[in-house]
Amino acid sequence: MTDPVRPLPDAPGVAPGPAAAPSPPPPLLDADALARDAERLEAVWRGPRGFWGWLTSVDHKSIGKRYIVTAFLMFLAGGIEAAMMRAQLSGPLRGLIGPDRYNQIFTTHGSTMMFLFAVPMMNAMGLYFVPLMVGARNVAFPRLNAFGYYTYLVGVVFLYVSLFVNTGPDAGWTSYVPLAGPEFSPGHRVDVWAQLVTFTEIAALAAAVNIIVTTFKLRAPGMSLNRIPIFVWSQLVVSFMIVFAMPAVATASTIQLAADRAVGTQWFNPATGGDALLWQHIFWFFGHPEVYIVFLPALGFVTPIVETFARRRVFGYTAIVLANITTGFFAFGLWVHHMFATPIPELGQSLFTAASMVIAIPTGVQIFCWIATLFLGRSRMTTAMLFVLGFLFTFVNGGITGVMLASVAFDKQVHDTFFVVAHLHYVLLGGAVLPLFAGFYFWFPKITGRMLSETLGAWHFWLFTIGVNVTFFPMHILGLQGMPRRIYTYLPETGWGGLNLLASAGAVVIAVSVILFLINVWVSWTAGAVAGPNPWASSGLDWATASPPPVYNFVHPVVVEGRHPLWDTVGPLAVLTGLRTDRREELITTTFDALPDHRHQSPRHSIWPLYLALCMGVVWIGSMFSPWFVLGGFALSLLGLLGWGWQGSRASGPELVATPHDLVEAS
Amino acid sequence: MRRVALAAVLLLAACAGRQNVLNPVSPGNRQVNTLFWWMLGVGAAVWALVIVAFLWASLRARRRTREDLEVPVEPVPPEANRRATRIVGGLVALTAIILLVFLIYDFTVGRALAAHPSRALTIEIIGHQWWWEVRYLDPDPQRIVVDANELHLPAGDTVQVKLLSRDVIHSFWVPNIIGKRDLIPGYVSSIFLSPDRPGVYRAQCAEFCGHEHAKMALPVVVHPRDGFSQWLQRARTPAAAPADSLALAGRTVFLAGSCSSCHAITGEPAYASLGPDLTHLASRRTLAAGTLVNTPGNLAGWIVDPQAVKPGALMPANALAPRDLRALLAYLETLK
Repeated sequence: MTDPVRPLPDAPGVAPGPAAAPSPPPPLLDADALARDAERLEAVWRGPRGFWGWLTSVDHKSIGKRYIVTAFLMFLAGGIEAAMMRAQLSGPLRGLIGPDRYNQIFTTHGSTMMFLFAVPMMNAMGLYFVPLMVGARNVAFPRLNAFGYYTYLVGVVFLYVSLFVNTGPDAGWTSYVPLAGPEFSPGHRVDVWAQLVTFTEIAALAAAVNIIVTTFKLRAPGMSLNRIPIFVWSQLVVSFMIVFAMPAVATASTIQLAADRAVGTQWFNPATGGDALLWQHIFWFFGHPEVYIVFLPALGFVTPIVETFARRRVFGYTAIVLANITTGFFAFGLWVHHMFATPIPELGQSLFTAASMVIAIPTGVQIFCWIATLFLGRSRMTTAMLFVLGFLFTFVNGGITGVMLASVAFDKQVHDTFFVVAHLHYVLLGGAVLPLFAGFYFWFPKITGRMLSETLGAWHFWLFTIGVNVTFFPMHILGLQGMPRRIYTYLPETGWGGLNLLASAGAVVIAVSVILFLINVWVSWTAGAVAGPNPWASSGLDWATASPPPVYNFVHPVVVEGRHPLWDTVGPLAVLTGLRTDRREELITTTFDALPDHRHQSPRHSIWPLYLALCMGVVWIGSMFSPWFVLGGFALSLLGLLGWGWQGSRASGPELVATPHDLVEAS
Repeated sequence: MRRVALAAVLLLAACAGRQNVLNPVSPGNRQVNTLFWWMLGVGAAVWALVIVAFLWASLRARRRTREDLEVPVEPVPPEANRRATRIVGGLVALTAIILLVFLIYDFTVGRALAAHPSRALTIEIIGHQWWWEVRYLDPDPQRIVVDANELHLPAGDTVQVKLLSRDVIHSFWVPNIIGKRDLIPGYVSSIFLSPDRPGVYRAQCAEFCGHEHAKMALPVVVHPRDGFSQWLQRARTPAAAPADSLALAGRTVFLAGSCSSCHAITGEPAYASLGPDLTHLASRRTLAAGTLVNTPGNLAGWIVDPQAVKPGALMPANALAPRDLRALLAYLETLK
């Protein structure tokens, strides 16, 4: 309040590019000045070197890369578990894995893929690319970002250590009570699940808050709401979904299930007036949006890939953005379609049938818009585009079985069978993993500075897509033949052996394709072709800086004049000068029009996020053994909060800046 | 021996269609099946059109070299843009119409399934970890039949089934006859079964319920109407005291040993309800909830070491002396 509007001696002013004025004045920035600024920024934004620097880094790219690598390792771990299940189910009455171990493996597979791979991976892509795409130097809350990653990492280590000491969760990734309650799951296996969910909730909320504020306040000047890239829109919608969905699962798992198990509350015990169905309502109120939390960002990868390789601005930008928002909204009105087999009144169920069918429309809108974009352009089939093709081939199939499952009458026939297993893998592998691979081939050059091999990529694509379809298509038929899910074996007379063997063979093909991808990453990262800043001649601000981007992302904030900055502006982009280079200073812009609003000092590197994440580990892991750990862990974390908030003498509050006159007029 | 052979033949011969959604044997399920084929057909057509449109749009005029990416990206001519808007708008409208038609179709099927016709009989099915308790209710408590792990139904009649659970959530599902309904502790729910073709079908628990969820099946025998009343009449008879001495010795093993602490036999002083009722054990087709064919050898193996068949099952191992085991088997064989 006390800060006056102070046009400083080095007040921000626009250095116009050629498009800003009819007869451009000579550029204000020569190469020497740029190099000097870059050198200063490097010194200010680069944290300490070495292992300590790595532990204390708050750079969104460093954290984002770790997130991506950890989440991909979790994809591999979940894949190994899947392979073990496919081995056990490849024939009737196989004795490779007994029920006790099998139940731990399938529960860990589901929990890993949903909580430790899919959501964190989508968050990670957002945390890495959203600041680059909106032209910011870092995320809005860099220390929160590091804290979120370390919390997630504690959860990862916790689950896998538990699994290796035979305490892996074994009540399914949905942990239905009363099976998951204290009476039928004594021991610590389900506690591990409940607290694992807590770690992921915290990490996801940290990422979501960061992405929301980064998108709203750190955008490049000129990037008004209607110019935000679709990728960022999808991340924004999903972040809001996380903010609304995660508290539901926090209530269910941390407050109710863990308390029922640890301190004897009776939320779900029908014998004492609790209700077993309550769990399903609260869990699926989170669980269904979760699917879209995974899937919408993946659709966000597809748009820039399609427009880049079709050489056309995406058709129906507004329609796609509205489709994203609509999907995010409707996603919260579908949860009961996971509960059609429970004794819920038919009239109530029909509302959820209608909602489950309606949500197909916004997804259809996005698909039609991509096809129109391709039709209006001339496309080039790179590996990324092949994966988009694989995505449509697989995902649309899953979408159609999804519409079928919306029907109560039909759902009751295939609910909890392999038909649903097939459906959800078509939707998640097709709708999230295939676009994710497309995204890897597209953005790997940006992250590493080198191109992935397109030849190996094509092999990877064909084997992966064929493998997925060979594995999961037969499961539709198995479900119709009556095979329930989550069974560790089946009798020979059921006649399910042949199709199960086929599915297991498909799993081998998937495994080979993923190994090819790993080889591709290894070879390309060490010896791939050098990419340059914009190898695909794409349009977003992420391609307006070097590959890999410098630690400060952009020497000066870029001024945006359209939805596709690198295609809309001929010649170099206009930039905004005047931000200080002797400290970590960022430009905050207004929420709607992205006009410069004030300067903000971004925090320095810090060890406290890691310390606080470890304190959370003490709280949640300890709570399995004694509630006192909760108090102890929170007491320890007070020190961390103090250290985190300690500003020292270097910091200063936000300073308002005068908005350059011509920018106001331009908008 | 003949019975065993018959059971084996039944198990094998009927397997293809006896636990199968696509082989409906009730009016309700036939409607669901028609709905399924319509949705599948229209869905497959939509899928094929999307894939063809995508392939056509992207391969129609493809670029082959990397340099092609460097061409400037031109705006779309307004005329082409307008045409694309019309086509995309039309496709979205078509999608909405298809969905609306399916929605109405689904509601009509749902309405038909929800109709509650008059019923001949009420059966109570109680889920346990990992077996099924089946009670044929009657206003006269003396005439209530308690059975386990096998469901008998009359063809052509409607039977009300009340579903309960004693422990965790299970789900009752006979793919040929009716869709799923969960058995949730604290809830009693009610469904109506109207099979119209006699035969032996197979149900299997459809909600993950712990270790032996995989081996919790329920053979469903649909009798012709007369056959069902005869069966029910027979099932009402309590167990008779065995005639021969070996079986009598087996009865002593059963009542004095650990068996009777979990199992009940109507007509004998064995009332426990932790495990399945064994009054008609010998006339059942399977053992261990649809897991083993009911032969003396399988029964002996199951009694001695249930964990080898269903690891995690709640029945303990019974280290019986060979003589006792033989006697017990002879006795259990009399429980028709």
